[in-house]
Parts: sequence; C-alpha cells; structure tokens
Amino acid sequence: MRTPEGGVRPPYQAFAGWLERTPADRIAQKREEAERAFHRLGITFAVYGEDSGTERLIPFDLVPRIICADEWKVLDRGLKQRVQALNAFLHDIYHGQSILKAGVVPPERVLANSQYRREMQGIDVPGGIYAHIAGVDVVRAGAGEFYVLEDNLRVPSGVSYMLENRKMMMRLFPELFATQRIRPVQHYPDLLLENLHGLAPAGEEQPTVAVLTPGAHNSAYFEHAFLAQQMGVELVEGQDLFVQNDTVFMRTTHGPQRVHVIYRRVDDDFLDPRAFRADSMIGVPGLFAAYRAGRVTLANAIGTGVADDKSIYPYVPDMIRFYLSEEPVLANVPTYLLHRKEDREYALAHLAELVVKETHGAGGYGMLIGPAAASGELEAFRQRILAEPDKYIAQPTLALSTCPTFVEAGLAPRHVDLRPYVLSGKTVSLVPGGLTRVALREGSLVVNSSQGGGTKDTWVLAT
Amino acid sequence: MLCRTANELFWMARHIERAENTARMLDVTYRMSLLPYEVIEPGLAWAEPWAVPLITSGLATEYYERHKVLSAENVLRFMMLDAGNPSSIFCCLRAARESARSVRGAITSEMYEDLNSAWLDVREYDYARIEAGGFSEFLDWVKMRSHLFRGVTFGTLLRDDAYHFIRLGTHLERADNTARILDVKYHTLLPSAADVGGAVDYYQWGALLRSVSGFEAYRKIYSDVITPRRVAELLILRDDMPRSLHACMNFIYETLERLCDEHTHEIERAAGELHAKLHFGRTDDIIRLGLHEYLMDFLDRISTLGDEISRHFLVPAY
Repeated sequence: MRTPEGGVRPPYQAFAGWLERTPADRIAQKREEAERAFHRLGITFAVYGEDSGTERLIPFDLVPRIICADEWKVLDRGLKQRVQALNAFLHDIYHGQSILKAGVVPPERVLANSQYRREMQGIDVPGGIYAHIAGVDVVRAGAGEFYVLEDNLRVPSGVSYMLENRKMMMRLFPELFATQRIRPVQHYPDLLLENLHGLAPAGEEQPTVAVLTPGAHNSAYFEHAFLAQQMGVELVEGQDLFVQNDTVFMRTTHGPQRVHVIYRRVDDDFLDPRAFRADSMIGVPGLFAAYRAGRVTLANAIGTGVADDKSIYPYVPDMIRFYLSEEPVLANVPTYLLHRKEDREYALAHLAELVVKETHGAGGYGMLIGPAAASGELEAFRQRILAEPDKYIAQPTLALSTCPTFVEAGLAPRHVDLRPYVLSGKTVSLVPGGLTRVALREGSLVVNSSQGGGTKDTWVLAT
Repeated sequence: MLCRTANELFWMARHIERAENTARMLDVTYRMSLLPYEVIEPGLAWAEPWAVPLITSGLATEYYERHKVLSAENVLRFMMLDAGNPSSIFCCLRAARESARSVRGAITSEMYEDLNSAWLDVREYDYARIEAGGFSEFLDWVKMRSHLFRGVTFGTLLRDDAYHFIRLGTHLERADNTARILDVKYHTLLPSAADVGGAVDYYQWGALLRSVSGFEAYRKIYSDVITPRRVAELLILRDDMPRSLHACMNFIYETLERLCDEHTHEIERAAGELHAKLHFGRTDDIIRLGLHEYLMDFLDRISTLGDEISRHFLVPAY
C-alpha cells in the first residue's frame, strides 16, 4: 500500500482516508459480523489430515488489495498472452511437437514428465483449447513490477472466495463502493457458463453442462457447489454419471440424460478407473473413451498438468516468443533447475537465500524457505536435492509487496499474492480482479489457505 | 433432477420432520410427567409416560442397550442429544444438514444457511444447559427451527422437482409419525372402549392432540369433550387438519401426480388407492375394523410406497 518513502500509493489514497475516519470499534464489529456470516453461510473449506469432515473458515481480511487501472491493463494483457501461449504449447506437445523439435524446450522435460499424458497424443479437443480455466499466481515485487509465480492449469480453485469476498465487502461497507469506482467481478459465473457452452461437441445447440466434484468431503467442495448453483447446472459426482456407447449420461429422476460438457474438478488420475487409476472410486468408467470419441468435452482437458509443472515454468517466456512472436508482458521469477549441474551448484551454495519447491508440488507443501529455515532443515533439503535433483527447482526470495492487514496488534503489513482467473474458449477473457491471498504470519511468504493464509477482496479501479 | 440429489432432498426433509415430531412427543411426555401420578393410571406398565416416546418411535430395544432403567433423564438424553441414536434430534439435524450440504446447489442459499445455523446451534447444547434452560425451551426451539425451515423452503424455493421431493419426504414422514402416535396412544389409552370421560381422558387425549398440534383444532371443530372416536376422525380422516393422514396423503398424491410418468405409473396408482381409502373412508368402518388393524395396514402401505419411490426415483437400478 505504501511507497518506499512511506507515503500512501495513489490507488490506496481514498481507502486510507476512509480507514482513518472510521472508528476502530466499528471495524472490529464489522470483522465479527463477517466471520459470523461466513460461518452461517457455510463458506468453508475442509482440511486434509485433520478429523474427517473438519470445516474451517479461510480468514477474511477487511482491508482490500487495490490495483489501479494502468496496472490492471498490464496484467490483463500479460495474463491473456501467457495463457494463449500455454494453450498453444499444450496443443503442440500432444500433436506435432514443433517446440521440442526446435529445441526451445528439451524434449525429455516434457515427454518424461509424469504429468504428460501419452493417451492424449493426436486427440483433437474443441478449438484446440486445453486450459479453459487457468489460475495464474502473480506477485508484485521490487520496484512494483509483476512476476508470475505459478500457472495453475489443472483444477485451479479459489474463485468462489473472490466472489464471496466481494459480496461480503459490499454488504459490510457499501459506502466504499458508492464513493470509488471499483470494477465488478460478479459476472464471472456467467462468463464461465458461456465459455463452457461454447465447448460443446460440434452440432450441439443446447448443450447440457455439469460440474463434476469428488464429493462433499473435498476441500474445495463449497466452491464446486457454489459454481454449479451460480451457473444453474447440475453438480454431479462420479456415481451420478455413466457411459453407454461412448456417450455420457446422468442418472435423473426422469431417466438417463445426456451430458455434453463437464467442468471437472477431479484430477486426471481419478477421472476414469478404466483409463487411469483403477482404484478411483470417484471417477466414471468409460469417460475417457467418450472423451476421445469427441462425445463429451472436459474442462480442463486431460494432460494440462505438464504445462504448469515447475520444471516447465522457466520455459514459458520462450513459449510466448515461439508461438506468438511477442515479448512476454509479465516476467518470470528467475528459476534454477536443479537437474542442471551449474544451477544446482549455485543453489546449494546459496540455499539460505533461496526458496526451493518440488516440481510437482502444490498447496505450499514440501517447500523450503531458505531465509526462514533452521540449519537442520537446510541440511535435510540439501540431501534431498542431491538424491533427486530432478524433483526440485530453486528461486530467489522476492521482496514481495505487502498490504495492510488486521492482525491481533492492529494493522500491520503482510505479504500478498494475486490469482486472477483466465477463461479460454472462443475468446480469452477474465474479470478484473482475482483472489488475493495474504500470509497472516509476520514475515511469512506462504499464502496458501492450507498453511494459515487468508484472503482479501481485490479491487481493480476503473480510473 | 439427479437421483442422488432427489434422494438427499427427500431425506433432508424427512430428518427435519422427524426432529420436529420427536420434539413434540418429548414435550408432551414431559408435560404429562409433571402431573400427579394417579392421573397417569398407576399399575399399568404402558402408563409410564417415558416409555411412550420409545415405543412410538420403535427405539425401545436400542434404548435398553444403553440404559438399564427407564427414567426421564435417560429418555431425554437418548432422544435429544445422543450422537449414537440415529433418530435423536441431534442426529436428525446433523443428517439433514449433511444432506443439504451435499446438494446445496439444488436448494436456495437461504435454506442452506437456515439448516447450517440450526446445526451450528444444536452443537452448542448439552444436557445440563438444556435442563437449566428448561426442556420445553429446547424442544420449542427445535419445533421453531423446523417451522422456519419449512417457511424458508416455501418462500424461496422454485417449484421444481427439488420442491416436490422435499414435500414428499416431509409428508411421508409426517403420515408415518401421526399413525404411530395414534396407534401407541390408542393402545395405551383404551383398555376398554367404554372407558371414556373423566380427568384421565382429558389429560391423556389432550396430550395426544397437543403432540400433533390438534388440541385447539379439536376444540374448534367439536367444542365438546374429547372422545377417542373423534380423535381418530380428526387425525385420520379430516383433510383440513394438516397433520392428519388424509391431509398428508393429499400432499403425497398430488406431488406424485406431478412427478410420475409412464414408467412410474404404478407408484401413482398405489398412492391414489391409499388416498382414496382416506378420502372416502368412514369413521364407523375404521372403528369396526379395529383402529389398530387399520393403522397397521396404513403403516404397511405407506412404507411400501416409500420403498417404491426409492426404487424408482431415488436409487434406480439402471
């Protein structure tokens, strides 16, 4: 929120004035109100590894993260560009593999990647689009430029919190919206539905769309139900679907009903016990055959995980140049690939300054934050890297931007990131905003909700 | 609508209704237990008021697996908060909320919010707190939550299949409950059919009527002493009495008429037949057949109907 000199940055000025005028007890009362409402509305997520069925609130912070119009213009352009290139890459590696032949991305990084699905080779998906919904994590750092941390192209979650946080802010502080021009995000479900309709197998005028969830015990179940409800489509579990003659049906009270497009929130591995993991209880036997036959569309496509793998990430700027003949708008964080000898030697010598991540990891698990790690932890990671250098990458710790956040002692700066949601179909679109996640512990850089992170409303100003 | 969704909605409604009926039964039993003992006919085992809720809900065996003696506190604990008794109020609210959660896209957010807050609230209760606040206060709260949920459903939900399956669940559960209450009470209250009148009857029949919100209705309609024959008429045949068997079957038949198509015609026929028996039935014929026999037959048919609905709509074999 502040400039290095300590002044308030322009997009925050109106809000900072309001904050100064508003009595502390009113804000405290609003915080309680927000918490009660989230509980009652059941806007919760399930936590793995605790008592089964434990539901928790993601802490919601009242101070919005504000992005000015010019900043958003850059983000909008950069995110669309990046997702376009990633989709072109996915189509390419499952077809002609020109980027591998050109030597831009080393073939073994792709073909030997466990997220690369051989089964998808040569299959044409509608419009050649693979990642219909992408959640790209970006941060502001250093002098204020944006960096992409991660491209989430499998089943990115969190968009329901973006929408619920906005609803909550409008309910708690309508006056803020009346005095500032904050661009709306509430039409996201409409945009998503329109996008999904456009993906139907050719010739379907009125396609039936469904959201496929692993079930009520999944950590993101609230979001699955929320999106299905907002779009007015069925929320189905694997057991509700069956495949006959390569056609997918739902079991309804009026008999079988055909499904054309599935927004699936189930990982590739579990989608179809006949094609992938045989022990999957949440999949639909025969779904992959129906998909291959072009009788049903899955969003996202199968096999997108290879493109958001952390060992592929360093090549995304080159992908943009290769497919779009453009310079990347958004920067990558410099990344050391630890299977490369010179990168590894540098990283091992500077471990205490670096962040080390597992290439297939997600959710903030299995990470080393060098500057915060004890010497024992550093040593343990050193051994792990030496044993399996392929599994890790390292990045410098960025001077992440902070945003004022309510903590026990009052307002204090905490690190934030931003996940906007990019929709690809006939066009590429995104609503102005995203989910801002905040690391609630002082000094922490980990914003994941599974690791004690919170969320904020994200305002993109119209002018 | 998805079969699984219909199934969850159906059971969500049944569990809420069951929680309300249990609360009604316990409330009346509690009030009765406050009367001087001689009013409750000493010497007769069935006259022990705390046995009645157990017999009515068919839970006596389960109860005696946990408790050696029949006591007010044990029965109240067992029926209100016991997490191991699937029919306790606690478990019914939990099951209803779990069902709602698993299909929350099919109901309105107001409905989910309502059930969720009922569940969050009931978790805060323990026996000592209920006792300190008064049992009736807790039981009234349960009834109010059920009323509130019905009102939210009525006021916010689109009249689509979701609404119909909820209605179906509510009224099947209610019909079952009214028939059971009537049967158990009639048994216990009528050693000889001629034994009518007096203080015992006033309180016992009054309690039965109150447990189905029928006391005031009885006064309004008959403005006379309470007789078993009239109670039977009110709770079986009068279709303007919302918890009577006839009223429940009106709802059930009407709903099935909307839901059934050529494949499920048989369900509609069976419901129609049962409905006709109530619609054209006469009190004299019921009394002549024997109320117990009549109610057993009804419970049998309504349970078959529930099974058929389940087989065709909720858990189909295809």
